[in-house]
Amino acid sequence: MAVELGDEPHVLAVDDNLIDRKLVERLLKNSSCKVTTAENALRALDYLGLGNDTLEGTVSEVNMIITDYCMPGMTGYELLKKIKESSVLKEVPVVIMSSENIPTRISQCLEEGAKMFMLKPLKQSDVKQLKWHLMKCRN
Amino acid sequence: GILDEQFLQLQQLQDETSPNFVSEVVNIYFHESEKLLRNLRSLLMDREFSDYNKMGIHLNQFMGSSSSIGAKRIRNVCLAFRAASDQNNRAGCLSALEVLEHEYCFLKNKLHELFQ
Repeated sequence: MAVELGDEPHVLAVDDNLIDRKLVERLLKNSSCKVTTAENALRALDYLGLGNDTLEGTVSEVNMIITDYCMPGMTGYELLKKIKESSVLKEVPVVIMSSENIPTRISQCLEEGAKMFMLKPLKQSDVKQLKWHLMKCRN
Repeated sequence: GILDEQFLQLQQLQDETSPNFVSEVVNIYFHESEKLLRNLRSLLMDREFSDYNKMGIHLNQFMGSSSSIGAKRIRNVCLAFRAASDQNNRAGCLSALEVLEHEYCFLKNKLHELFQ
């Protein structure tokens, strides 16, 4: 996916928990990222242009997607699969977050193409590391 | 203490560009937690209660938020609560809820003190 934007990567953060959304948004903004948040996977898909309710001309480019694993309706894992199935979006790195350290869950996500799996709550050092990986991919 | 290093992380995220970050997050936490605790209590007080799944959803939300703001003790009680819920142990859940309500009150008072 072409990443010709300036120095500020655009990250889509998906989480059903409001506090976690605020937290990840602040962490990402502190790392000079532009942030869009979505409260569930369906909204995220709409935003990415893969949803049933996507309006013409509103599809935005994102450089990375970070999503919670446990969400009602569609999980972060299912969202990951949908993204990887899309010819347009499959190159976008997807990071999965979870408050639970379950090895089978982690390997399942990585096998499906997640770039990284991170434990919540996220710290600033986690996000710095993420951004470093992201910038490395771009260059 | 009642708050772990995650709360420090929150404080470090506050700066000139977002000067009220901590109080914003804490207020959201209060608002959400009270709602979740009410939901948990009304579920458990219902004589015909059997929807452990639904209770689990509220509990996971509360656990997640508590963990994210650094409310370590609350999070630990939630774990015990969840264990009781996994075993469909209603009495155990009620006990855990009582402790949770108590811990939450305690935390709320502490946080109010902090923001004086």
